[in-house]
Amino acid sequence: MVDELLTVSTLIGILHSCVRLATPYLFAALGETFGQRSGVLNLGVDGIMLMGAFFAFYVVFEGHSLWVGVLAAIVIGVLMGLLKAFVSVTMQSLQGISGIGLYLFGLGLSSLLFKTLIGSVEGVSGFRQLPIPLLSEIPGIGHILFNHNALVYLAYLMVPVSWFVINRTTLGLKIRAVGHNPEAADTLGVSVSGVRYTTLMIGGALAAVGGASLSIGLQNVFQENMTNGLGFIAVALVYFGSWRTVGVLGGALLFSLVNALQLWVQALDIPVPSEIAVMMPYIMTIVVLAFTARQIQKPAALARSYERGE
Amino acid sequence: MATGLRGIEDSIVYGIARPTGGHRAVNFRLNAPFVQMYGIVKRFPGVVACDHVDFDVRRGELHALLGENGAGKSTLMRILYGLYQAEEGRILRDGAEVEIHSPTDAIRQGIGMIHQHFMLVDTLTVTENVALGLKSSREPLLDLDRVEVGIRELSEAYGLQIDPRAPVWTLSVGERQRVEIMKALYRGANMLILDEPTAVLTPQEVEELFVTLGYMKENGYSLVLISHKLQEILAISDRITVLREGRLVGTVPTEEMSREELARMMVGRDVLLERSRDDEIDVGEVRLRLDDVRARDVTGQPALQGVSLSVQAGEILGVAGISGNGQRELAEVIAGLRPMSGGSVELDGTPITDWTTARRTELGLAYIPEERMHDGVVRDFAVSENLVLQEHTSEPFSNGIFLAFDYIAQFSRQLIQDFYIRTPDIRTMTRNLSGGNIQRLILARELSRRPKVLVAAQPTRGIDIGAIEYIYQQLLEQRDTGMATLLISEDLDELLALCDRIAVIYEGMIMDILDRNETTAEELGLLMAGVGLQKQ
Ligand SMILES: Nc1ncnc2c1ncn2[C@@H]1O[C@H](COP(=O)(O)OP(=O)(O)OP(=O)(O)O)[C@@H](O)[C@H]1O
Ligand SMILES: [Mg+2]
Repeated sequence: MVDELLTVSTLIGILHSCVRLATPYLFAALGETFGQRSGVLNLGVDGIMLMGAFFAFYVVFEGHSLWVGVLAAIVIGVLMGLLKAFVSVTMQSLQGISGIGLYLFGLGLSSLLFKTLIGSVEGVSGFRQLPIPLLSEIPGIGHILFNHNALVYLAYLMVPVSWFVINRTTLGLKIRAVGHNPEAADTLGVSVSGVRYTTLMIGGALAAVGGASLSIGLQNVFQENMTNGLGFIAVALVYFGSWRTVGVLGGALLFSLVNALQLWVQALDIPVPSEIAVMMPYIMTIVVLAFTARQIQKPAALARSYERGE
Repeated sequence: MATGLRGIEDSIVYGIARPTGGHRAVNFRLNAPFVQMYGIVKRFPGVVACDHVDFDVRRGELHALLGENGAGKSTLMRILYGLYQAEEGRILRDGAEVEIHSPTDAIRQGIGMIHQHFMLVDTLTVTENVALGLKSSREPLLDLDRVEVGIRELSEAYGLQIDPRAPVWTLSVGERQRVEIMKALYRGANMLILDEPTAVLTPQEVEELFVTLGYMKENGYSLVLISHKLQEILAISDRITVLREGRLVGTVPTEEMSREELARMMVGRDVLLERSRDDEIDVGEVRLRLDDVRARDVTGQPALQGVSLSVQAGEILGVAGISGNGQRELAEVIAGLRPMSGGSVELDGTPITDWTTARRTELGLAYIPEERMHDGVVRDFAVSENLVLQEHTSEPFSNGIFLAFDYIAQFSRQLIQDFYIRTPDIRTMTRNLSGGNIQRLILARELSRRPKVLVAAQPTRGIDIGAIEYIYQQLLEQRDTGMATLLISEDLDELLALCDRIAVIYEGMIMDILDRNETTAEELGLLMAGVGLQKQ
């Protein structure tokens, strides 16, 4: 049975799935990286993903174009990010708890809206494969890397973009400073709240697009709680990647590789109890997190609210 | 034009030129007031930190601000820099009233500030710290290359040596301070407030700082210097303003003042500045013994290379040395905060080499750390909680389970009174105390336990002269009742005034141990620089 997994075509299939499946949590984890680098821990990512997934789906279901669906997800993601920012930056509530609250809010509201507005599980035709001319014809690699839908490409494009924003722009410098020493940033006239509002809105938008990539890109349906806790995996990936975008990418790929293996093991009918197969990626996350306790680049002010010392 | 020169257009308007380019325009209106503050009032719960204070700084002037711990010096300057809002009072710049609500406003008015505790982002480089919060010439992209050029120019012009590419966490305290000054210069400040800049510097670094300040003054900058060191103030300031308990005592021209007069103005009574110590010392058995102690510093480099010394009951042994020669590691090894890589430590005849800090404390060791904000107190605890930090589990502070709050309160009030700790209440958060008062709190806690051995690292740093007098008195008194003291200090006057013997440390080795009656500041200075033979 191991032989079956080892044929070239299966391997290509597994790697193709790996690249594809990473999309939703790559978006979400990149978004979370922005928040955490500025010192805000947002545990509500999953709730934002669900809201994004629902709104994108609903807009498309109502007959609008796919990109309008993505836009709807961005809008709802920014709003959810604003909500999180209001609660944990302006009201200075504990970041962990308020994140859980946001998650439950997103979970409940997306389910409620789904029941009232749609009712039953329906399909839409989502983003289609968009093979990149020439590149996709390279044997093996071509299929693995260059035969995906637009949202998948976008997710990977966001890795260098995020890196660039964090390391090469004035906003990025402010983000890094605020996450490490908000007091110092404040004395230089950097608005700590302003920066944190911004990163949470960026994070919300990315998480919501991650959700949309599920409902109108990969699965093309909406179901209650369809993310199955992927948002929490995204948070874990940020720690895993030591707050660096490349690290986050590596973590996302590793996680989705295990995920893809798990799917193929099931698809090929290899006799492994399906519960165990489904658990594999999550078990791996825990194991990996246990070994990445070295918190090298951890923003020193992570999860601490800031108030001017008066 | 690089942003580094952004302040220049401003400066030219006021006739200030930077000293680059060979010649400088000196037609700025010297002596014209740059900033004036009138009737400033600021209250905190339980204290009036500033009570109708008037203050002004002229162009090209170095104005010193002097006063006891908690007198309101930092608060007054933080108001000017927009970190606090005054409840009453007016601020004028160049004669026109201005509103300063935030550091951004202050920077816009040309006012920069170097804080008592540095405000730098450790993980960023020097250049990034300077660029933070500034508009870039390539917005929204960073222009660090240009900033770097600007930094190099300024550092040449003002004698501020720094490597623009070094991450801040690799820098020494003196270098960090230069980064802070650079931040203000780069922002085109016309005025710089320095809150106790010299407290953390070595004598060499102090000299370099004063050279920089001299250049700045010549170029029309207004400077405010807060310091507790009277000689420094007398040496480089033009005028001196003295505050006491939030109120203005007076502003005087420096040339009319002497050390004694200043001290009296500050404290309100005569202060004993020099101490003569001709009393015979009466030493007992050895209380602290170090034998061939070796240890590494944070980076893993050897920091102590075989230190042997002993302190007897009733004796103060000084450790002189330029900072960074192993003093910090020495104190930490004795306190049990740093593992040793060789040798042994004995406390009162008991080998304690592998003991925890708590057990050492129980046996009678007290420790006053150098980094008081980090290692000395829990900043978010109340004053009374910090005062009983070590002893809170034992009688009479608790019965093992519950804290005896009434007793703790009574005990705290007593210490606050005895050590003149200026705090509104015993429940005040320690972080809200002024710098010098936090130091007094630590001293009160450690000395009140009547320790057998006291290790004190820079105990009078940042403390006003009135309080220094009191601390010296306390140390001598406890010495007379049999306490053995290891006093680590960079201040030779302090060592010569207090110690019975002085050990000189250089590169983790004891160069020599001298009797204080048989040595001079010059001899100590040479040994501190590594000149001289090591004692076998
Ligand atoms: N943020 C704050 N909250 C409450 N009280 C404060 C705060 N900042 C300062 N104070 C109080 O105001 C008074 C003046 O403090 P300030 O720091 O200005 O003194 P200072 O003159 O700078 O003393 P030092 O020489 O010890 O630094 C002190 O009693 C201090 O406890
Ligand atoms: Mg102060």
